[in-house]
Amino acid sequence: MEFLAPGSWPDALAARAENPGAVPIAGGTDVMVDLNFDRHRPDALIDLTRVGELREWSVAEDGTVRLGAGVSFARVMSELSALAPGLAMASRTVGSPQIRVRGTVGGNLGSASPAGDAHPVLLAVGAAVEVESAARGPRAIPVSEFFTGVKTSALEPDELISAVLLPAATGPQQFAKVGTRNAMVIAVTSFGLALHPEQGRVGAAIGSAAPTPLSAVDAQDYAAGELVDLWSSRGELPGGVAARFGELVAAAARPIDDVRGTAAYRRHALSVLARRTLTWAWDEYRRAA
Amino acid sequence: MTAVSGQAPTATARTREDGGVGTDAARPDGRLKVTGEFAYGSDLWMDDMLWGVTLRSPHPHARIRSIDIGPALALPGVFAVLTAEDVPGELRYGLEIADQPVLAEDVVLYQGEPVALVAAEHPETARRASARIVVDYEVLEPVTDARTALGHGNEGPRTDLHPEPTPVVEQSREAAPLRPHGNLIRHLKIRKGDQRDAAAAAGKDIVVVTGDYEVGMQDQAFLGPESGLAVPAEDGGVDLYVSTQWLHVDQQQICRALGMPKEKVRLTLAGVGGAFGGREDLSMHVHACLLAMRTGKPVKMSYNREESFFGHVHRHPAKMHYEHGFTRDGDLVSVRARIWLDGGAYASSSAAVVGNAGLMGIGPYVVPNVTMDCWGAYTNNPPCGAMRGFGAVQAAFAYESQMDKGAAALGIDPVELRVRNAMEEGSIAPTGQVVDSAAPVVELLRRLQAMPLPPAASSGADVDLRAMPGGVSNTTHGEGVRRGVGWAVGYKNIAFSEGFDDYSTARVRLEITGGEPTVTVHTAAAEVGQGLVTVQQQIARTELGVERVVIAPTDTSVGSGGSTSASRQTYVTGGAVQEACRRVRAAVLARSGRELWEDVLGDLVAVLGDEAVEETVVWRHRPTEAVDPETGQGNAHVQYAFAAHRVVVDVDVELGLVKVVEMACTQDVGKAINPQAVVGQIHGGSAQGMGLALMEEVVVTDGIIRNPSFTDYLIPTILDMPPMRVEVLELPDPHAPYGLRGVGEPPTVSSGPAVLAAIRDATGMFLTRVPVRPEHITLSGDVRSEERA
Repeated sequence: MEFLAPGSWPDALAARAENPGAVPIAGGTDVMVDLNFDRHRPDALIDLTRVGELREWSVAEDGTVRLGAGVSFARVMSELSALAPGLAMASRTVGSPQIRVRGTVGGNLGSASPAGDAHPVLLAVGAAVEVESAARGPRAIPVSEFFTGVKTSALEPDELISAVLLPAATGPQQFAKVGTRNAMVIAVTSFGLALHPEQGRVGAAIGSAAPTPLSAVDAQDYAAGELVDLWSSRGELPGGVAARFGELVAAAARPIDDVRGTAAYRRHALSVLARRTLTWAWDEYRRAA
Repeated sequence: MTAVSGQAPTATARTREDGGVGTDAARPDGRLKVTGEFAYGSDLWMDDMLWGVTLRSPHPHARIRSIDIGPALALPGVFAVLTAEDVPGELRYGLEIADQPVLAEDVVLYQGEPVALVAAEHPETARRASARIVVDYEVLEPVTDARTALGHGNEGPRTDLHPEPTPVVEQSREAAPLRPHGNLIRHLKIRKGDQRDAAAAAGKDIVVVTGDYEVGMQDQAFLGPESGLAVPAEDGGVDLYVSTQWLHVDQQQICRALGMPKEKVRLTLAGVGGAFGGREDLSMHVHACLLAMRTGKPVKMSYNREESFFGHVHRHPAKMHYEHGFTRDGDLVSVRARIWLDGGAYASSSAAVVGNAGLMGIGPYVVPNVTMDCWGAYTNNPPCGAMRGFGAVQAAFAYESQMDKGAAALGIDPVELRVRNAMEEGSIAPTGQVVDSAAPVVELLRRLQAMPLPPAASSGADVDLRAMPGGVSNTTHGEGVRRGVGWAVGYKNIAFSEGFDDYSTARVRLEITGGEPTVTVHTAAAEVGQGLVTVQQQIARTELGVERVVIAPTDTSVGSGGSTSASRQTYVTGGAVQEACRRVRAAVLARSGRELWEDVLGDLVAVLGDEAVEETVVWRHRPTEAVDPETGQGNAHVQYAFAAHRVVVDVDVELGLVKVVEMACTQDVGKAINPQAVVGQIHGGSAQGMGLALMEEVVVTDGIIRNPSFTDYLIPTILDMPPMRVEVLELPDPHAPYGLRGVGEPPTVSSGPAVLAAIRDATGMFLTRVPVRPEHITLSGDVRSEERA
């Protein structure tokens, strides 16, 4: 197995183009598990940790946060809790402190696991994945089009993930995840929520309860409809709205029974998480008045 | 009697401040371990060594039609490929019944059974080569339920997994017939008192509570995987460096498999990263020796985490049916119980576990009428054997659940019902044995009751998520959270029981080195992380008054130290070290012509000169007896040890997530040789029992392990393990060295049942299976399966 260590982004793209069987590695928290368990023996690894620009983040004038693919979960927690509170909350649930120092949002997307902790929030806020190839240059893929199946994505074999583009938060965001342990656990199911008051929109997305992370579209539409007159008044959430929202989120899931939990439990847990997180987010929105 | 507080044990009586018995003497291996410099078995290395790899069966039950090793041998870098034909001695080995092949011969009986071995110059090469071995399997239907295997309640054609007779080996612990027929490994019976039903037996108004309980398969989850290095020796023998729990029983089994005398098979303990029973059986021991003998080169084998789940035995899953009969005022008059333990494909120590589960199976209570049947069965599930608590753990979930159920039925406080029926010194155990030292069940419970309860849970937006069910995963800010408190008491037999000749050997030398008196303690007793090396030093310091005590490498050049299990090493090897020290003292006194050790101590340099005084002692605890095979009566046990827990939980009843808020434990240890280590054992044992109650399960479906990794076999993290209040009692046992009582297992017996009781208290649900999964708790009863949703 070859180990390629490009020192710059153009070199990384060139290495990717020349080695279609190569696996990019950043924090290694997923890739190394596969290697250690002998599940995967790629021809080559492309180490992205020497590409400095991947570890940077910035905010554009229009408020878009450009988060380099190599920014660790630990840094998202400490540096982005105001601009991307939902992603920061999700980052806090990733693995252990050691894993959060190594693991990156770009790597999470690269693995494209249905249980990836960053994904529901990225869907809820309407983020895009910025990818690039040496041959065709950069393009932005909406997160809603990024996940194509269990651990597969729209990333082409010659492309690398350069960044995640997400709008700076304009309202409260939440992330909640159920696991059978109180820390360091893979999601049995998870839920991301973002309120976009300026657009009168509610983003809602589920993880680990379908072949891919997915948006709960009916639930989003229902909540937006119920809240349409309340954004300006910041009135109380009408009775039954949060519960109905939870039911619609549960209905959007396509879970399976597996060793981590049953399909029925996943659906049930999603309804609870959605109900609670909408309540928390709305209460926060009201308090912010 | 002295109480030791939880986080900072301080108050125990110190005999001296120089690292002797009763002090928090520092571990000699402590600094190396916390700085990551300690060499474990997986760190063994020789420059010219080969790597050994095991090919394992993917099927739980199959006939082997043929094995073609040619493609593996053809791979460059491969030095040897071995199958069952290459085992020179006895093919089958076992702790009690020699039923397990070193390598599968014509059938495989569990997923992961070793089939072939490869040695190569690189582990990757060895793995690639093993993948090229072609095994033609005829897949057979697996037997996956213990009751079905025995034909209990599910009559039909029965597949006997071990049709050929296999010998019961000499270290067997029981007099009862083992493997009498079919898939039965052992049937333990207790027939005490009136055998009619409870009401008839008591002749009065009786409340009978009945329950069926199930315990899942727990893994020891030790951190250091199975590892060792076999080095061929010039004398035609082999030196094996290996992480294990009992060098001499390994040596016996290896010698039989290799067909070599024990002088030619020498074992040295490699650094052990935890054991908990999972290293009582052989793993890579014979395999590495076979490869080393064949290739003439040192061979290292080290399992990865996934292979480790297939490489050692687990805790027996149990199904249990209990009927308790109480008088209206709460006297427990009868217990009728049936326990089925799934032994998996090979016997391992199942027979002894069956003995323990049955004999300890009604708990630390006085019951005049007992009917107990406990069976161990062969199936095609992973082999099960020793794990901390050894049968007592499974039974405790049932008998403590029954005490709570009885309390509810009678309208009596659960602690008061336990107190009313508690064992005490002088009580008669279900075996008829008199409990002849302290049995402070009542005091343990009363001390727990006297402890303050933790403050109520907080709630709201600024809640500390780490204190909530679900933790930082942010699942509740107080919604759905209900508090519960649960109680449990348990007991465990210490050291080997039922007539086993249980002993340890210690060699102690006193000499002057560098102008200073030095004691060297040499035993074959395995330090597995529990602190035996520290205890040996402390005992030598106390007995001889010499501060510098060196622990010699642990190997088979000294006699057996017995197993590091059954909470027995401080008792038995500690007893051997104590006696050897006393003989050294007597020999030195005789040489000096003086009468008082204190007079000699300051003058040792002159008294000893260049000579060393050395004594070797084989030390036994008082003998035990086999129990009667029909009635279970007999003085089967050396010592009992008692612990009790009070557990406080917060349960999110909508999501089924549990936060253990506090565990409080009281335990009698007779004498705390090292109070800090004692409290550490209580913390760790409590955590392991809690893990079984909440999350730890090897999930097996149709004989296939579904979660062989720490990704999906979950053990508690620091955010799952709560702070503990610990009170240690020191009520001396006059039969034991220093009055001590074994410590390691009792907290694992009672913590899990107390967690389960607390969850029941919080939810109002009478849960009957552990681990409790979130979907078992969620109050909407329709979410347990998709069909019912």
